[in-house]
Amino acid sequence: MDYQLDFTPVIDGLPDLLLGCLGTFLLAICGMLLAIVIGIGGVILRTSPYKAARWAMIGFVEVIRNTPFLVQIFFLYFALPLAGLRLDPTPTAIIALGINGGAYAIEIIRGGVQSISKGQMEAGLALGLHKAQVFRFIILKPALRAIFPSLTSQFVLLTLTSSVASAISAYELTAVSQRIESDSFRSFEVYFTVTAFYLVISWLMMRLFAFFSARYFAYPVK
Amino acid sequence: MTNPSATQADAMITLTHVEKWYGAFKALHDVTMSVHQGEKIVLCGPSGSGKSTLIRCINSLEPHQKGEIRVDGIVLGPNAKAIDAIRREVGMVFQQFNLFPHLTVLENCMLAPMRALGLAKSEAESRARALLERVKIAEQAAKYPAQLSGGQQQRVAIARALCMQPKVMLFDEPTSALDPEMVKEVLDTMIGLAEDGMTMICVTHEMGFARQVADRVIFMADGAIVEQAPPAEFFSNPAHERTRKFLGEILNH
Ligand SMILES: Nc1ncnc2c1ncn2[C@@H]1O[C@H](COP(=O)(O)OP(=O)(O)O)[C@@H](O)[C@H]1O
Ligand SMILES: [Mg+2]
Repeated sequence: MDYQLDFTPVIDGLPDLLLGCLGTFLLAICGMLLAIVIGIGGVILRTSPYKAARWAMIGFVEVIRNTPFLVQIFFLYFALPLAGLRLDPTPTAIIALGINGGAYAIEIIRGGVQSISKGQMEAGLALGLHKAQVFRFIILKPALRAIFPSLTSQFVLLTLTSSVASAISAYELTAVSQRIESDSFRSFEVYFTVTAFYLVISWLMMRLFAFFSARYFAYPVK
Repeated sequence: MTNPSATQADAMITLTHVEKWYGAFKALHDVTMSVHQGEKIVLCGPSGSGKSTLIRCINSLEPHQKGEIRVDGIVLGPNAKAIDAIRREVGMVFQQFNLFPHLTVLENCMLAPMRALGLAKSEAESRARALLERVKIAEQAAKYPAQLSGGQQQRVAIARALCMQPKVMLFDEPTSALDPEMVKEVLDTMIGLAEDGMTMICVTHEMGFARQVADRVIFMADGAIVEQAPPAEFFSNPAHERTRKFLGEILNH
């Protein structure tokens, strides 16, 4: 082992790497917000009285969960322009992450909704609220609380999956590090550093979720 | 005071030949009854006799398949407008309280008046505070359900239902899930409500309450009404063997 470690290219590239971290954060946060919207909307459709809506959601979830994310993101990147929508790599990556995370979120949130006792729905209906109001004001929060740990791990996974977006050269950490590596050939040093950065990003994400959970789900339960 | 064959005109609730199935299982057999304004009914019968089913049909938590249910002149049909109208007039209290765990006591009481009736927040709050006062629990308004005892939770559930200013209150075994020392505070609340003239149907096995409050006791078995009578008569002189057997079991334990 007479390999000489040389972190100079990493240190020189640090501003770029940090911007890459920000890019990853941006992808992850926007992707998650979209995933939550898709997840909640999807659960409403998935549990609606309309058979077509239920089957559409089942199909959507199956397709997304049984195909590789890399293929999904390429598909979107080349399919959207055909549909007349020209987007930069980064927005495309956000949409792809949102759709992918959304499919998983649908199943997770549905589990949460099912864990809420039927009595909650009945009490809401008996008080004269409509089904949609019962879902929005009574079911949703306790359901999200019940599955928040699973949702957290799913979204940390989504954060890490965002590295795949480098394949369409979205602006994020992996793409930045690939550039520095190919300019410097310092593969070990670059990926050692990037690994550390991803660890920190994951940890920050978990802190963020824990903070949010402590705020939003602060009510006591027996 | 009591008139089991009340005419439609003065009746708050009428059921006419109501039948209900759960799939292939028939849970209500040709139920006909009426309750007039201000009347207090105690509904009793063995477990599985259809008491819950009956009162849940009245506010359409369960659909019925045959016959007519009419509340305050509104006929309950598949029409969503009628269901909305009836649910606004009928309050319900459940065995398991069913308070909303993520909302404070006050918010539990304000939710439906704001969202279903469109009351302004301030108005909903003053109404909620007044009713929490009435069930003697005003000082707990800022707490969450999990921080209250069972008896307190059930009183909040009563206040929450009253916040919709219903004309009828349905109670489904409101004291069955309570520790014995908490039964009285809930029954006292219900007695207060009865004294104020509320129309009530109470599914309960609290026979002391029935004696004190009920205008009429209805006994059900196997999805049908077996007999109904004022409490004095019901307890001292039940007409049916089924009723005598039931009373024997319930009064002797
Ligand atoms: N959701 C349901 N699906 C199928 N059967 C039911 C359902 N709810 C109640 N039942 C049946 O209907 C009968 C009456 O039940 P219920 O009204 O709960 O009785 P009670 O309240 O008098 O104990 C019982 O035999 C019960 O098993
Ligand atoms: Mg019952």
